[in-house]
Amino acid sequence: MLIIKDLQASIEDKQILKGVNLTVKPGEVHAIMGPNGSGKSTLSAVLTGNPAYTVTGGSVEFYGKDLLAMPPEDRAHEGLFLSFQYPVEIPGVSMVNFMRTALNEKRKYFGQEPLSAADFLKLMREKRSIVQLDNKLASRAVNEGFSGGEKKRNEIFQMAMLEPRLSILDETDSGLDIDALRIVASGVNTLKSKDNATIVITHYQRLLDYIKPDFVHVLYKGRIVMSAGPELALELEEKGYDWIKEQVDSQQ
Amino acid sequence: MNALKQYIDLYDENRALIDQQSPALLNTLRASAREQLETARLPRKGSEDYEATDLEAVFAHDYGVNINRLPFDADPGETFHCDVPNMSTCLYYSSNDAFHSSATAERNIGQVVVAPFSMAAVDYPELMSAHYGRLARMSDPTVALNSLLVQDGLLIYVPDGVVAERPIQLVNIFNAALDIMVQRRLLIVVGKNASIKILACDHSQSADYHYLNNQVIEIVAMQGSTLDFYDMEESTPKTSRVSSIYVDQHEGSNVLIDGITLTNGFTRNNYNVEVNGEHAQTQLLGMTIASGEQHVDSHTFISHNAPRCNSNEMFKYVLNDQAVGAFAGKILVKPDCPRVEAYQGNRNLCGSPTAKMYTKPQLEIYTDDVMCSHGSAVGQLDEEAVFYMRTRGIGLDEARRLLMQAFVADVIDGVRLDVLKDRLHYLVEKRFAGTLSSCAGCLACK
Repeated sequence: MLIIKDLQASIEDKQILKGVNLTVKPGEVHAIMGPNGSGKSTLSAVLTGNPAYTVTGGSVEFYGKDLLAMPPEDRAHEGLFLSFQYPVEIPGVSMVNFMRTALNEKRKYFGQEPLSAADFLKLMREKRSIVQLDNKLASRAVNEGFSGGEKKRNEIFQMAMLEPRLSILDETDSGLDIDALRIVASGVNTLKSKDNATIVITHYQRLLDYIKPDFVHVLYKGRIVMSAGPELALELEEKGYDWIKEQVDSQQ
Repeated sequence: MNALKQYIDLYDENRALIDQQSPALLNTLRASAREQLETARLPRKGSEDYEATDLEAVFAHDYGVNINRLPFDADPGETFHCDVPNMSTCLYYSSNDAFHSSATAERNIGQVVVAPFSMAAVDYPELMSAHYGRLARMSDPTVALNSLLVQDGLLIYVPDGVVAERPIQLVNIFNAALDIMVQRRLLIVVGKNASIKILACDHSQSADYHYLNNQVIEIVAMQGSTLDFYDMEESTPKTSRVSSIYVDQHEGSNVLIDGITLTNGFTRNNYNVEVNGEHAQTQLLGMTIASGEQHVDSHTFISHNAPRCNSNEMFKYVLNDQAVGAFAGKILVKPDCPRVEAYQGNRNLCGSPTAKMYTKPQLEIYTDDVMCSHGSAVGQLDEEAVFYMRTRGIGLDEARRLLMQAFVADVIDGVRLDVLKDRLHYLVEKRFAGTLSSCAGCLACK
């Protein structure tokens, strides 16, 4: 579904991604790990079309379409979702209004009629339960005054509503206590199917105890320098990144 | 050049006729108005309190003035095409500057009096002479001009202790097939412990003609009274409006004034609130949504002349295209007025690089032991929020629209009239979506 080839990107003339290659197929879970500043969040930002970043080379194909040519909203319609590391607060826009607009924009994109109010509210109720999101939160402004855990649960709730084909979870575990982590992870696992895929960006093995990856990649200095099975995450947990850094740096 | 001259000449030529057609009370102010105008000049852009607004240019246009009080068209209620199902308001129409006869027929609802000056001067002579022209300041040339040429007006009087159950809605319509200036005049007297909600809507039926509304509104809120006055403008690019509202608040009165501009051409709104009694509460709210070449300038002055009062002021502007907004707010706390609480805020969103906002918050405090604050900010849409929404599939235009709507939501939520609050949320949504029709604002048109 996703084929990233030699992707290069910069922000304010600083080159962050220096040739990333990655292929994701339906049903797979990929973990991207790596030390701070290696470009993990940049990769998710570039894939979702954050205008702050400039793509300077390479290509990304998503279900045969040129992802980089699409505006962010069309990437969402095509089934790409990002769970933000720092979800944005939007005072004055209620979760209900936000989600209804998002859903109906997607329906419009596919030439469908807007969802009726009753159907929409039913869907909200259904999906809310997946991450045990309180009804009160759903009636409040988007992320405004939410705790760190509530914000992350709200991200997974939105993911459940939008039913993406590929979800990128950008450090969804950061700022979560164990209980919240379990709820979020079980939400992600509930939504998993053979037709969709997940990219988990994380620093720690912890999240991967709950969301089992099929592949683990290490991103360092803007490149994927190592790819292996889930055992790599455990090895990293034990040994840290230094051995990989040394290996890569000595090659250069 | 002096734009006032054409109107002074007009008055001088038609003095007898104007006097003859007007209630005698209105004639009593003309001499002093005429004297003021002898030396007065309309402010040009850049002069004090008019940093962004050129009044001289607005009045310089060759407007007709309906000196002869010729009736226009048919019943505005008819031509305005509003069916009136389940109206929760008492509805009145003014056409240009005349109050339509059908509106005045049923002029006493419950015990609330709604009457044109011509009738009010006969029925309530003492009330009228006690308050007409008492608050308005002739030193403002637009007020002097209104006083010079005005031939009728509307009195809304709520006697002591009367709590009006239904809001009053006054729909002001420009429907002349020529360029015209009108002198609208309103006197609102809310008696002791009385209460009322009033909604005024300004409309222009034709987008082809230049209209100028030079209006003066005097409001007296007696001891313990409550007044909500919503003043909404939904006019056309060729409509100009210069409005001066004067408020006299007595002890324990609670006054909310909310000025809303959804569509217009040129607007200058002056608000002068004198808080004269203890424990009085004032809410002064403003919301402007402007695009194209719209120009909206609000000038507010709240004077705390008594201790233990509070005022809360919030004006929000959303400006797009080449729209120009201006806000000047001054709060004065006079000596020996302890325990006054006064807050002022002005927040503005410029949605395009060519929109301009001028803002000038001011506090002047002559008493210790008060709590006052003011704040002003001009900003753009939150880019992070826009991107966040886009990643959820909400397109750029839609995201901008939602954010602009969210920006003014709290001002709309300050509306204490539920039907209007709901209606405003709806209208603002339509306004940002660019699908607001000229008559959508009238509550009658549901």
